Amino acid sequence: MIKAKTILMAIALAGLFSAPANASGTAGVEPKFSDWTFGGLFGTYDEHQLQRGFQVFREVCAACHSANLISFRNLSEEGGLNYSESQVKALAAEYTIADPASLDGERSGIPADRWPAPFATEQDARDANNGALPPDFSVLAKARTVQRPGLGWIMNYFIAYQEGGPDYVYNLMTNYAEAPHDVEIPAGQYYNAFFGGGIAMAPPLADGLVTYDDASVPMTTEQYAKDVSAFMMWMAEPHLIARKELGFKVLIILSAFAVLMYLTKRKLWSNVKH
Amino acid sequence: MALTHNSEKYDPKNPALKWFNDRLPLLSFGKEHFVDFPTPKNLNYWWTFGMILALCLGVQIVTGIILAMHFTPHVDLAFNSVEHIRRDVNWGRIIQGTHAVGASMFFFAVYVHIFRGLFYGSYKAPREVLWMLGVIIFLLMMATAFMGYVLPWGQMSFWAATVITNIFAAIPLVGEPILQWLRGGFAVDNATLNRFFSLHYLLPFVIAAVVMLHIWALHIPGNGNPTGVEPKDSHDTVPFTPYATIKDLFAVSVFLIPFAWFVFFAPDILGHPDNYIMANSQVTPPHIVPEWYFLPFYAILRAIDFNILFIDSKLGGVIFFAGSILILFFLPWLDVSKVRSGSFRPMFRIFFWVFVLDFLLLMYLGAQPAEGIYVTLAKVATAYYFLHFLVILPVVSRIETPKPLPTSISEAVLAKPA
Repeated sequence: MIKAKTILMAIALAGLFSAPANASGTAGVEPKFSDWTFGGLFGTYDEHQLQRGFQVFREVCAACHSANLISFRNLSEEGGLNYSESQVKALAAEYTIADPASLDGERSGIPADRWPAPFATEQDARDANNGALPPDFSVLAKARTVQRPGLGWIMNYFIAYQEGGPDYVYNLMTNYAEAPHDVEIPAGQYYNAFFGGGIAMAPPLADGLVTYDDASVPMTTEQYAKDVSAFMMWMAEPHLIARKELGFKVLIILSAFAVLMYLTKRKLWSNVKH
Repeated sequence: MALTHNSEKYDPKNPALKWFNDRLPLLSFGKEHFVDFPTPKNLNYWWTFGMILALCLGVQIVTGIILAMHFTPHVDLAFNSVEHIRRDVNWGRIIQGTHAVGASMFFFAVYVHIFRGLFYGSYKAPREVLWMLGVIIFLLMMATAFMGYVLPWGQMSFWAATVITNIFAAIPLVGEPILQWLRGGFAVDNATLNRFFSLHYLLPFVIAAVVMLHIWALHIPGNGNPTGVEPKDSHDTVPFTPYATIKDLFAVSVFLIPFAWFVFFAPDILGHPDNYIMANSQVTPPHIVPEWYFLPFYAILRAIDFNILFIDSKLGGVIFFAGSILILFFLPWLDVSKVRSGSFRPMFRIFFWVFVLDFLLLMYLGAQPAEGIYVTLAKVATAYYFLHFLVILPVVSRIETPKPLPTSISEAVLAKPA
């Protein structure tokens, strides 16, 4: 009797692990939960999606948003975009990097360089964006989340739900709309139904805005949003694949070890009435 | 000790070891305390959490020492240095993930350990000092975990530091100077981050020292056990090694499975998304929420939102907050029942489980916004928390008729259905 109760208690404790703190998600429209390739236990990044997302980032987002923790060399790392080293070298060379140690104070980029920020200072960024600061993208996908309705947060611990950030970005990108008549939007802001009001960022995406090399992929706002969300997740967690792969090995070894320890324990205690 | 199985003095055969042992009897000591130490043979798996906790402390210290080699305690650099560890340091993301998840696992294990002690009366004579040392360890753990959470210098780090240090400002007269002394300035800033880093490195070793006292105090009366009846002779006990060690190792390896699950498959799920935003003193997060393991006490702190006579609500909250843990020091004298184990105390047992539910309710409420029904529930749950210790335990222990106790552990074991 105690056992059943105590086990229930243990489960309840485990379930309450970091009970549902607040959502950084908002109380606008019901969020749509996408089926991400990197979700769940076996999920991995789709390198084609990451490459498309990178293209959207580079051609659209990077005009205002920095990604200070990302280096060019990260783009050729395994488990990510999988560009070749020569591709990355050529890409980096397209950019001019401010470097006081260089002859003219600047030089062309190399793979070891960080992704160049669009604005030199925070003040420059604010001046160019109506006073608002476009947040850095490096870990932004982990700094946002979407709350599941009801008791969904309990499930999160068992399915290892880590895709709140990309779900947030996707919903934000796809919910720009005309403001309802009863909603007053301040000058210089734009209505976003998911954000639940006015947001300083103008609708960044539009159908056909970015031309994908692969003609079979639809060039729609929705597709761009999905691809760039996936890319942002990669930026925040570039080694997700390696982490999960190691995790499987660790779990298998630990489980096998636990079984061996159980058998050892049983054998050892078999001569003790306990 | 009378119950020792192999009570003759340990004498190493090897002449070099013998020479050493005659001068510093480290080997004899180890044999007495880690091999021969008589352990009740009826311990259940709730007793394996002591070893699990020792492992947790070890894991935190080892991973923490490595993290300190790569971390920079400066307001401009701390946040990115943690990301540097995750991205660029060899094995960094595993070590950092283990340390962060490890804090949660540590607290999960310590709560199981404490509630096991509460149910089986582990605080009763002659183990009062053992229990009180445990409460000191718990307090030190809370301080260490809190300061560690500040180090990544995210938004929750910063605002947790602000809210929690603010608690001291409630102390009459000296509150304000104490607050400035703790923070090293008028607000949480670089000085705060630096001293928290220093103390976060120091305290685990203080914990390790108190753990040794805790184990010393355990080895005087020996382990309690699920019957609460002390071992009578060597038929009631088994040597610590290999019996308890192998059983503990089995429990440890099972414990490591969910641990690894979080580290490798959901390293951020126990944290808060806002802590991936660098600390900003100009932007207050909409909800400031501590880590899950502080939630019950945070709920108690917030529950006192009214003045009590001349005590204003802020100081009142702090008194109840501190009292909720300090009251554990008095537990051995609040519960006067001669029977240790909850298994033989029909009334106590019910109230024990109600208390567990109350604690879980407080944990839930600590995560909710302080508004509407949550505020009322938090007040009720807080009142019950103190009622349990101050009224229910003293009264129940006086009026309850315990079930008959077995005369010995062996008798209890034999009476168990196979």
